[in-house]
Amino acid sequence: MSLILDVDHVGKTFVQGGLLSRRQVEAVRDVSFSLDAERPEILSVVGESGSGKSTLAAMVLGRLVPTRGRILFEGGDVAAIRSRAGRRAFMARVQPVLQNPFEAFNPLKRVDRYLFATAANFMAGDGRPTRAAIEERVDRALVEVGLTLAEVRGRFPHELSGGQLQRTAIARALIPDPRLLVADEPVSMVDASLRMAIVNLFGALRDRLGLSIIYITHDLATAYYISDRILIMRKGEVVERGPARAVLDNPQHPYSIALKQAVLTPDFG
Amino acid sequence: MAEPVLIVDRLKAYYRTHAFGLDRDIRAVDDISLTVAPGEVYGIAGESSSGKTTLIKTIVGAIRPPLAVVGGSVRFRFGGEIRDIYALTPVQLQAIRWRHLSCILQGSMNVLNPVRRIRHSFQDFAFPHMGLKPAAFWEAVRAHLARLDLDPAVLDSYPHQLSGGMRQRTTIALATVCTPEFIVADEPTTALDVIVQRDVLTMLRDIQRRLGSSFLFVTHDMSVHATVSDRVGIVYAGRLVEEAETPTLFRGALHPYTQHLVASLPRIGDTTRRASLPGRPPSLADPPSGCRFHPRCPLAMEVCRETVPALVEAAPRHRVACFAVSGAPS
Repeated sequence: MSLILDVDHVGKTFVQGGLLSRRQVEAVRDVSFSLDAERPEILSVVGESGSGKSTLAAMVLGRLVPTRGRILFEGGDVAAIRSRAGRRAFMARVQPVLQNPFEAFNPLKRVDRYLFATAANFMAGDGRPTRAAIEERVDRALVEVGLTLAEVRGRFPHELSGGQLQRTAIARALIPDPRLLVADEPVSMVDASLRMAIVNLFGALRDRLGLSIIYITHDLATAYYISDRILIMRKGEVVERGPARAVLDNPQHPYSIALKQAVLTPDFG
Repeated sequence: MAEPVLIVDRLKAYYRTHAFGLDRDIRAVDDISLTVAPGEVYGIAGESSSGKTTLIKTIVGAIRPPLAVVGGSVRFRFGGEIRDIYALTPVQLQAIRWRHLSCILQGSMNVLNPVRRIRHSFQDFAFPHMGLKPAAFWEAVRAHLARLDLDPAVLDSYPHQLSGGMRQRTTIALATVCTPEFIVADEPTTALDVIVQRDVLTMLRDIQRRLGSSFLFVTHDMSVHATVSDRVGIVYAGRLVEEAETPTLFRGALHPYTQHLVASLPRIGDTTRRASLPGRPPSLADPPSGCRFHPRCPLAMEVCRETVPALVEAAPRHRVACFAVSGAPS
């Protein structure tokens, strides 16, 4: 069994304050999980604000170095990547999707420039790519998310709807052919009808492209709907884990039960 | 039924821009009529850029160019006296605000001054309207905070020292300290996580019962409406397309857009596939002809492309604007 991602007893401590008033905050405490290469899945990480979800995501993405433990991606330690080439190869395999699509794109820049720049960046290995090859690659990524280059070409972010923009952000992440997407609250800023469109898209990407996705959210209902496994975090620790439906149908930890009870249900008698 | 507190009659508000000799109207609120009864929580739902926020801006009279009210009226009944909000002078409007009509806005960080203690926000917003001596005013504020289970120590904190949920509860305390008859809440819980959201909603519902105020509650989240609203109006592209009491709306929605909104809600314990609506939200600058929903509607007929359906009463207290329900005009 080969692992695509192996998070091994990882912890992160932030130090606040100066020399005299030093205070330590343990954002993540002893978290372990792994993703199997043969079985692509959507792993939900849920918890309230301040539970360490985003810190965990930043460590998987290699943006923060864990204080304890280590994160292995395809067998290599993420924190040990030093060279530019190594970093680039890692980034081609692990891509982020951010929370707010309106903030992810510069409002004064055309959206397609990000797509072309990403494609040019990751195709540079095989000599200088031609314009046609870049456009072909960008178009292929956009078709995966249900858009076409013709719809996006030359547009500014304000000319696209929130849903189109979030799809474009996901398409951008798909350009380097990643194995793993880390989506940090990708639907908390979009409204209800778009939310399902994005979540359905994640399901389709898993089934069609064999992508593994770490889906960070505080929305238990979409986590239940789409994910295969779930980790429930509280104050940096995993309090409950398991198959998403089994855990949410019958939560055991008091915190998981409280979370489930806080979900507003749209049901009437 | 009691006389309504708020009567919005055929309200139209457009963003009017003139650039390069081109006039452009963005019809953010187009012919909306609704009433809110005393003690009622009226929910407004709709997707982003459907004109929800513009609607409440025009209702509270916060109109700045390029937004302009093109037609219709908004009338409040405060203490048996009817006030047309557009006929008031700025001074009269100032006197109504906070005392009778107050707001809870989305970003609590934007409401509270980040560089001053919260006590100053209370002083700025509420003191001029309470008509009390300073000592009595602070006494009233403390009593109000205690009623909302907030520690009076928040008065001496800076906004950044409070958590997101505490800040939002403080803005709710700020909006309700003068016991206004009418409160407008714009996405008050959208930025909060599930547990905090539940607390804030419970607190809002509780305070609404205690004060007997009417609420206009705007959010895109249908499950929030299911929890707090007595009646819900669905806004699509600047028009009200359906309005009914909350249980009716969730059990027997008539408009295809509302049916989609209700059906697309994910629920724990239910894994049936949820479809997402095809197409994109219409542009308010150039809305589709006829019924604005027709390009995305599964039931669209020929007449929907040409004629705008009127909002008609399909059942008692259930209004809907759809030809598939009311029948095409002959």
